[in-house]
Amino acid sequence: MAANTNNMAGQAEKGASIHARRVIAYLVLAIISFICLFWFYVLFINATRSNSELSLGFTPVPSKFLGQNWTNLKNGELPIFTGMLNSLIIAILTATFATYFSTMTAYAIHAYDFKLKKFMFTFILAVMMIPTQVTALGFIKLIQNIGLDNSAIPLIVPAIASPAVFFYMKQYMDSTLPLSLIEAARIDGSGEFRTFNSIVVPLMKPAIAVQAIFSFVGSWNNYFTPALVLHDAEKKTLPILIAQLRNADYLKFDMGQVYMMIAFSIFPVIVVYLLLSRYIVGGVTLGGVKG
Amino acid sequence: MNKKSKVVRYNKWGYIFLLPFIVIYLVFQMVPLVTTIYNSFFENYRSGLSQIGPNFIGLENYVTIFTNGDLPTYFSNTMIMWIMGFVPQIILSLLLGAWFTDPSLRLKCQGFFKTVIYLPNLIMASAFAMLFFTLFSDSGPINSMLMQIGVFSEAYKFMSNVWSVRSLVATMNCLMWFGNTTILLMAGMMGIDPSLFEAAQVDGATATQIFYKITLPLLKPILIYVMITSLIGGLQMFDVPQILTNGTGDPMRSSMTLIMYLNKHLFSKNFGMAGALSVYLFVITGILSLIVYKFTTKEDK
Amino acid sequence: MKRRMVSLLAMATMTATMFAGCGNSSDNSGSAEQAAPATAEEIDAEAAAVELPEDTGKVLNIHCWNDEFQTRLKDHYPGYEEVDATHGKIGDVEVVWTMTPSTDNAYQNNLDDALLKQADVSDDEKVDLFLVEADYALKYVDEDVTIPLSELGITSDQLADQYTYTQSIVTDSTGRLKGSSWQACSAGLIYNREAAKEVLGTDDPDEVQALVSDWDKYNETAQKIADAGYTMCSAMDTYRTYSNNVSGPWVQDGKLVIDPNIEKWIDDSKTLVDAKVEDTDDLWSDDWGKGKNPEGKVFCYFGPAWFFNFCLNADDSASIASKGGWGYCVGPQSYFWGGTWICAATGTDNANLVKDIILTMTTDQKVLKDIAMKDQDCVNSKTVLAELAGSEDGNIALLGGQNPYKQLAEGAEKIDLSNLSKYDQGCTEELEKAMKNYFLGNATKDEAIAAFKKAVSEKYPDISVD
Repeated sequence: MAANTNNMAGQAEKGASIHARRVIAYLVLAIISFICLFWFYVLFINATRSNSELSLGFTPVPSKFLGQNWTNLKNGELPIFTGMLNSLIIAILTATFATYFSTMTAYAIHAYDFKLKKFMFTFILAVMMIPTQVTALGFIKLIQNIGLDNSAIPLIVPAIASPAVFFYMKQYMDSTLPLSLIEAARIDGSGEFRTFNSIVVPLMKPAIAVQAIFSFVGSWNNYFTPALVLHDAEKKTLPILIAQLRNADYLKFDMGQVYMMIAFSIFPVIVVYLLLSRYIVGGVTLGGVKG
Repeated sequence: MNKKSKVVRYNKWGYIFLLPFIVIYLVFQMVPLVTTIYNSFFENYRSGLSQIGPNFIGLENYVTIFTNGDLPTYFSNTMIMWIMGFVPQIILSLLLGAWFTDPSLRLKCQGFFKTVIYLPNLIMASAFAMLFFTLFSDSGPINSMLMQIGVFSEAYKFMSNVWSVRSLVATMNCLMWFGNTTILLMAGMMGIDPSLFEAAQVDGATATQIFYKITLPLLKPILIYVMITSLIGGLQMFDVPQILTNGTGDPMRSSMTLIMYLNKHLFSKNFGMAGALSVYLFVITGILSLIVYKFTTKEDK
Repeated sequence: MKRRMVSLLAMATMTATMFAGCGNSSDNSGSAEQAAPATAEEIDAEAAAVELPEDTGKVLNIHCWNDEFQTRLKDHYPGYEEVDATHGKIGDVEVVWTMTPSTDNAYQNNLDDALLKQADVSDDEKVDLFLVEADYALKYVDEDVTIPLSELGITSDQLADQYTYTQSIVTDSTGRLKGSSWQACSAGLIYNREAAKEVLGTDDPDEVQALVSDWDKYNETAQKIADAGYTMCSAMDTYRTYSNNVSGPWVQDGKLVIDPNIEKWIDDSKTLVDAKVEDTDDLWSDDWGKGKNPEGKVFCYFGPAWFFNFCLNADDSASIASKGGWGYCVGPQSYFWGGTWICAATGTDNANLVKDIILTMTTDQKVLKDIAMKDQDCVNSKTVLAELAGSEDGNIALLGGQNPYKQLAEGAEKIDLSNLSKYDQGCTEELEKAMKNYFLGNATKDEAIAAFKKAVSEKYPDISVD
């Protein structure tokens, strides 16, 4: 890819039009970056201000109540640390399950010929369209019946069947996983399961990285299902705790704390993201990693 | 002969590898789906501490939902807010994707920009909505800024105007997802055979022409994927409007989505109505999928 | 004692059977326990004869919607030690707090689930004590999920000093008292003294009261306030003053009824909002709270005594309260708002402890006086309030040293709660949400009322709204 870029650039006409387009591109990118980052900036500023300062209107300079807001939030009744831990555990396991098992499902369709293959493929594609919320009612009843109400398990295990992740994996396999490779492994005497784990999964790494991020973010942000399943304060995930801030209660109108809570729920993920952004953006941009 | 039996022996692994998906799907999706449909034929709710039902009432729940006429309203609310967010999102993503992959532009700091545009996707929808709610409240920072620079003389009530609420929801959805879409489209664009671009450039095609004649048509499969996944996401729109409007979908439920409505019934433990509503949603999704499917296959021919 | 234990057990079992049998509506729960109406003497005689089984529970589970009661217990109940935000200790007993915010009936839904499971869970998971608000107290009081105070051995003598209205809220259809409160939440108008001096020329509570003593005068004064650049208050603030003075409950014979006084609230508020005299900020919202600081330019809030402590941010040096800038008067109509009742849950294995908490927190005059002094709660004791009204102890700093207890006590005597229903919270919430659309011009009155009815029927499918 890189070689190609240089190649093309060499041939490109360096006319005024390119120059103009470049200026426009930078301008638009700058505006978009501003729009993307603006919210984080406002959030940070407001997290440093006290409730009464906040009611006076917005100022672009940070104030000195960051520590105070943090202490208030930490000592408040919202179990933010367990909330974060719960969110992390659920999101990590969900991402792991979703990617590993979807790769497995995709591999089954990709590498083997069996009677129901075509049917299964069509079936999974068809069910991809069903919104999870449609089955929410039955889902709640089910987990109540099998005693998993108020537990994280029904939020994690169903990720094993993620049609959208499967679809992506299948597409990726079609373009990158030659059947001859599997054939070769068989000749070497590798068992099917071992072939999958030691050859297929490593080859699928870029796709797994992409979907792991998507699944992680999806689960991290999920509010609908956890809100229906989890009831105990210590089991709740961050999105539920945040939604509670929106609830009317006369002990919760310290806006400094509200901004602090939002910041608290966002910043760890942002930090991890920024540390890993090179890999993530690279990984997400499949083309760049493929080779 | 020997080879064939070996293949058959291998192929049973297809079923084995499919097993986890099938089992989990059946348990956590199929069974709930059936229960949901089953429940839709019953009167079944809780009033205070006493349970009413389940009493079989046939299609009464369906009739109630159909006759009160709310469903089309919430469906169009959902679609309007989805389209308002999706159109700018896809345009922006195509533009950025084209720029990032256009070798003649040689944009610097690509890593930075790519990192930044994906950033909003990491914010929880609930936190983002909460943030917007406080920022756009009557005495919030946006209003005070707008008043300081003299755009408004008094606070603009963002939360009590149909289109401002819808725009806020659409803006949030667009902001949260355009980075994701850009990255998907870029992957698609980079997968296009570079020799096609070279040939076009040799023939003297402009960047615009290349984009419309080569990039866009070849990008169709990935565009369809983006469109379908976004449509599914759009139909499921819940967190953002729910938290922004505190579940009311106000003003006058003009921003209430299908799932918010479903959530109302689930929350008050009215299982009969929630069941019937789910079945309607199921049907709506089915019809939409069919349309998208027909539309895309027709285009292919 | 053995007999008593058997009876408690029997009750738990019966409750369990009742819940297990689906389709039971609230009115056919007629079990042997649901005795015929009894006279006060009979109930007292029962109470005197009660001997509670020894406590066996290691865990005291308390369900509530915020940390108000937790703070009270921490500050005033002897022997309560805080462990963390949701755990505490009383002697050897671990106290576990389950807090669920009350919005959108979330607290009630959660409590319902817990109470319905009461018979199936282990002793340590059983709810022992829970709190209710007046808006939905009847829902729990009229069912077997609460233990009559008489069965805990509490007699009416011990409760004689409480205000009658606080007891009628938690008395079931057989005349048995099922809960007790430490607060008597008569409420009034809390005004900004600075603004009153500036616009009305006086900040004396009696003179301000004369200017807002009925709705006509109130509207006139409000207009004056608005002309001077202030907002009177939010239309949501005045709601309870109207809704407390209705002629019938929200739901009559299973049908939703909009009372003439509610209609009056809708019409009056619309006029005031259109004239930019009142705004429509939701209670507790950020915008609504801006009036706590002078820059917010809000003339008044409507609230009871707990409002002083919880809502005016006296700790914040920029607030009006920190400078003693508020005044208190009764306002156009007397009403009450809020208050928290303590109920003992059927199936508790800590009956003695629960009994002691109820007695200490709601009848011990020393504790009640401490609560009044420390938290400015208007406590549920005629003696203590009379004492406070006549002494410097009742002067409240954030009210500029004003002693509001005389007004508060008078208000508490006047409250009439015959028109309460178990649907009040849902109806109030949905009405306020729907009418906001009308006030802001997003809907006509008819549309808003239709939206209100729809929302009520979604929340309470058993109510007919047409």
